[in-house]
Amino acid sequence: MTKPLLTVRGLVKHFPIAGGLFGPKKVVRAVDDIAFDVMDGETLGIVGESGCGKSTTARLLMHLMDPTAGEILFDGAKVGTPDLSLTEYRRQVQMVFQDSYASLNPRLTIESSIAFGPQVHGVPQREAIERARDLLAKVGLEPSRFAGRYPHELSGGQRQRINIARALALRPKIVILDEAVSALDKSVEAQVLNLLLDLKDEFKLTYVFISHDLHVVRYMSDRVMVMYLGKVAEIGPSEAIFDDPFHPYSAALTRSMPTMDPDNRTNEAPLFGDPPNPIDPPPGCRFHTRCSLAEGVCAQREPVLTRAAELHDVACLRSEPGSGHSAAPAVAA
Amino acid sequence: MAIPPLVDIRDLHVTFTGGPKPIRAINGVDLSLERGETLAILGESGSGKSVTLRAMLRLNPEKRTKVEGSITVGGKDVLALGSKDLQAFRGRDVSMIFQEPALALDPVYTLGHQIAETIVKHDGGSWDDARKRALDLFERVRIPSPERRLDNYPHEMSGGMRQRAMIALALACNPKVLLADEPTTALDATVQIQILLLVRELQREFGIAVMFVTHDIGVAVEVADRVAVMYGGRIVETGPIRDILNAPRHPYTIGLLKSRAHGAMTKGQRLDAIPGSPPDLANLPPGCSFAPRCKLALPACSESTPDPVEVGSGHMARCFRTEATAPVPA
Repeated sequence: MTKPLLTVRGLVKHFPIAGGLFGPKKVVRAVDDIAFDVMDGETLGIVGESGCGKSTTARLLMHLMDPTAGEILFDGAKVGTPDLSLTEYRRQVQMVFQDSYASLNPRLTIESSIAFGPQVHGVPQREAIERARDLLAKVGLEPSRFAGRYPHELSGGQRQRINIARALALRPKIVILDEAVSALDKSVEAQVLNLLLDLKDEFKLTYVFISHDLHVVRYMSDRVMVMYLGKVAEIGPSEAIFDDPFHPYSAALTRSMPTMDPDNRTNEAPLFGDPPNPIDPPPGCRFHTRCSLAEGVCAQREPVLTRAAELHDVACLRSEPGSGHSAAPAVAA
Repeated sequence: MAIPPLVDIRDLHVTFTGGPKPIRAINGVDLSLERGETLAILGESGSGKSVTLRAMLRLNPEKRTKVEGSITVGGKDVLALGSKDLQAFRGRDVSMIFQEPALALDPVYTLGHQIAETIVKHDGGSWDDARKRALDLFERVRIPSPERRLDNYPHEMSGGMRQRAMIALALACNPKVLLADEPTTALDATVQIQILLLVRELQREFGIAVMFVTHDIGVAVEVADRVAVMYGGRIVETGPIRDILNAPRHPYTIGLLKSRAHGAMTKGQRLDAIPGSPPDLANLPPGCSFAPRCKLALPACSESTPDPVEVGSGHMARCFRTEATAPVPA
């Protein structure tokens, strides 16, 4: 966890939507100028509510869509340049999706599905099949029983194991897990989380772990990035984000987690209402409309990501020196 | 017992006969709900929790479903109701809210219209009065600027607001029982807690009995007095929420609680997962359906289904090995 393996700078993704005939063109600001690093060997968790841009970020990282602006550097080389072609990059970064069924080809046996990627990347068929069988054993599915089966013959948990095996078939450095355990039953989810931890140790992987389940993110992640309406609200060590967050939104999010204590139930919701629409985000700090600590300046000035503690950055005017918020620290002389 | 419970389900069996093999979704469920009580039904997909709820309103497709046993709500035999009576029963005695309000609401009518229509159909009276009551309901479920919101179509509202509107619709005819089928699963964390608190508040305010289906034990803790844990179409454990949480006695409940990721864990520590996967309802194992995954299973567990054993006050577990799961006295 020393050097950044993946560096994201000024990443923007706007989706155009049909405006009126003469009206202004509208866009959904799904990801709006974000920057972060993924360190070698870490698990970076991404949390936030629907529409905050976490899945769009995952798809941009995987280069499944072109960003509106910004760049991604892998191990210091810019993706999509002669230094690092997209094909080569995709060998290093793989992804597991939420819907285990939709992401497998129903007409391929699972062995062929896993071997498909390596074959495309030039591995001879025999070797690719051998690799697939190895991986099946690694994800806990007996190759002699499972290799010839089709996706519909498997349970959800087993299919997700196949997707994980397929993601690993190219021997990537980074695996992006976009709600990869969210569709699984709780009793099966724990098995798959254990598997992910085992594989990470064995193959020295780096994970980007996206989930709406905060308990699971906390358990899996070394660092956590909190997103709100296309922006990074806060990024820092997992414990700090959950136990001692700087951003009022991170605090509200963690306080929204069910208590698990019938004698101390939650009696007041930390936030009222739903997140605003990313088509027309509020000016200034995007969270100010729901924030109990907001002041006049929050509606005018957009906070920038500021270092608040070691390895811990937050985009809140309360932490930004000289921002004009009454709680802001003074500017260092 | 002098007063019978408000809802009394006895030996309920539900089998879906539409496919090549009969699917045995519910295999002998006994359940009761007192007036003003909130019961959470906790289970994974395929455990039969939603089917139980649907059976209470007879929402399962009649032609392809075989229902046995009895369901009584406030003295009415639900399975014997004629179609007229069933219509009056739905919404009036028992109403339901769903996971996806966008699918449960009619997209071509305003919410005010949908609520007023329900009131006029069930209670008679004028549209003006019904509309006033709709406004009152919108205020009760804390929809901001309710007057204006009544004229909204479902697609004009956010997910959380739609769920509030659906709750208003469900309460329109003062039902005695509210059935909630994972109403917060599709919602974001900060919105979920708002809806859970709302359900709790309305339950107190209206004195309504709530049956709340969820797969998330954390959600159950926030809303329920009592929990019924379902597995393979049976209730394997039921009891007060505190007892289930602090001293679970069925190996499945114990496993479920142990396999949860929680804040106090050290990094890299492996979860204590339950091996295997949930049973295939078209091909249920004989005996206890959890036996193939259970560490404590004996040969007897695969031969016959255990009867509920009382392990505490109002706390039952359907297991032959409750002596092995008893908490060790400190």
